Amino acid sequence: MARHVVARVDELDIGKSKLVKVAGRDIALFNVKGEFFAIANRCPHEGADLCRGQVVGLAESDEPGQYRMTRHGELVRCPWHGWEFDIRTGKSWCDPARTRVKSFDVSVTKGGALAEGPYQAETFPVSIDEDYVVVEI
Amino acid sequence: MNEMIRSLENKPGLSTVGGIDCDLHPASPSTKTLLPYLEEYWRETFVMRGVDRLSLAMTSSPPRAPINVRSDWKAESGFAGDTLDAVRAQALDPFGTRLAICNVLHGSMIMHSDDMAAALCGAVNEWLAREWLDREPRLRGSIIVSAQNADLAVAEIEKRAADHRFVQVLILAQNDEPLGRRRYWPIYEAAARNKLPLCVHAGGSNRQAPTATGWPSYFVETYVAQASIFESQLLSLVAEGVFHKVPDLKVVFAESGFTWLPSFFWRADKTWRGVRAETPWLTEQPSDIVKRHVRFTIHPVDAPPDRDALARTLEHIDCDDILLFSTDYPHAQFDGLNALPAAFGETLAKKILIDNPLATYPRIAADFKEEVAK
Repeated sequence: MARHVVARVDELDIGKSKLVKVAGRDIALFNVKGEFFAIANRCPHEGADLCRGQVVGLAESDEPGQYRMTRHGELVRCPWHGWEFDIRTGKSWCDPARTRVKSFDVSVTKGGALAEGPYQAETFPVSIDEDYVVVEI
Repeated sequence: MNEMIRSLENKPGLSTVGGIDCDLHPASPSTKTLLPYLEEYWRETFVMRGVDRLSLAMTSSPPRAPINVRSDWKAESGFAGDTLDAVRAQALDPFGTRLAICNVLHGSMIMHSDDMAAALCGAVNEWLAREWLDREPRLRGSIIVSAQNADLAVAEIEKRAADHRFVQVLILAQNDEPLGRRRYWPIYEAAARNKLPLCVHAGGSNRQAPTATGWPSYFVETYVAQASIFESQLLSLVAEGVFHKVPDLKVVFAESGFTWLPSFFWRADKTWRGVRAETPWLTEQPSDIVKRHVRFTIHPVDAPPDRDALARTLEHIDCDDILLFSTDYPHAQFDGLNALPAAFGETLAKKILIDNPLATYPRIAADFKEEVAK
């Protein structure tokens, strides 16, 4: 396990996503209401980029004709076929046990702390005063 | 006819003794026959208008078409199943049938006039009770209704439900609108309230073309199109949330065929994953809902020509509870007594003949319990 600095916090607005490459992997990074999450970018269905999917809420219903939107901004819909994935866990909504993408631990850390290691910031200039998103792989 | 298909239909089938036949057709009664069962207003005005001389059989199921009358069952009248003796001798005794559900297909189910339709449906149901159910204890009935006016259909269901020999509600596959639409829900609620499954039988009003691409020219097109009508209705019932609104509802598709189910399941389940937010009441894949709520009579089998291929289809359907035995008498679906193809195998055959019908029809199951208690 290593921790990788992948982005400056202010690069990713709330509700937005970004593709980052870490240790040879494509990872989709999301800012959900100020919290950061990282999941594998490749949809397990046919391989579309989840970082390009629409970020949506969870549509629920108690009975036909009634609609309720919950968990605002916590799901991403695959841009190709619309399958929904929980950004927090990587699990698909329709088949959470079998259809899922890997989810990675994410933290936000001050640049000053990062300078002390053992963080890896191969391609990333880190400045002491900024906040950074760190993904653990 | 294709020799391979012919040979399958000629192959000896499994024993049907003791089975419950979930789709048997007494011939549609003539309008004259129904006069005594109509209220006075309708009786008199029918005679006055000459309606009593009209055949109200459905053009979607012409009673003398070869497919609708097996040649060795045809009476001199040109019909089959038009007397109780014929039904006993041809449809009940030879198959060893324990109980059979009478599905009378009548034009009243698809008439434009709400009131005339309701009056005639009521007359057909009364005729069935008096002329058939009273005289033959092995027979059970379906309450025919016109789905066009839900209030009148509900009234007929509530009236007839007191007679426990009526075991289901019968409508046709093709109506004014897709069957999942809310205008029909009171019918489904009334059926479930009275422990009556809803039987959806092939045929319909032809107020729209029977194919989604327009009007066909020939019966071969119309008959084959029935399967796609059923596919659309099945998905409508699921997507509109009927089984969430009426969780006790069981639906029986009669003469729908069932070998199309695997590809339907695969396509519906896959597509649901992408668009499920549009119908958020669907919290499980369509195939799971169908397997819990919908049953299919076995005829027509539409079997692939070799036995192993049918077995593979059944594996793909992956649900032993879904099929119900039927002869579809007097329609020409098989030769001799080969109503239950050997490809089903003995274990599944027992489920199809007895267990599945008992699990589907609470009123028949109650009869069986009473018999055991005696």
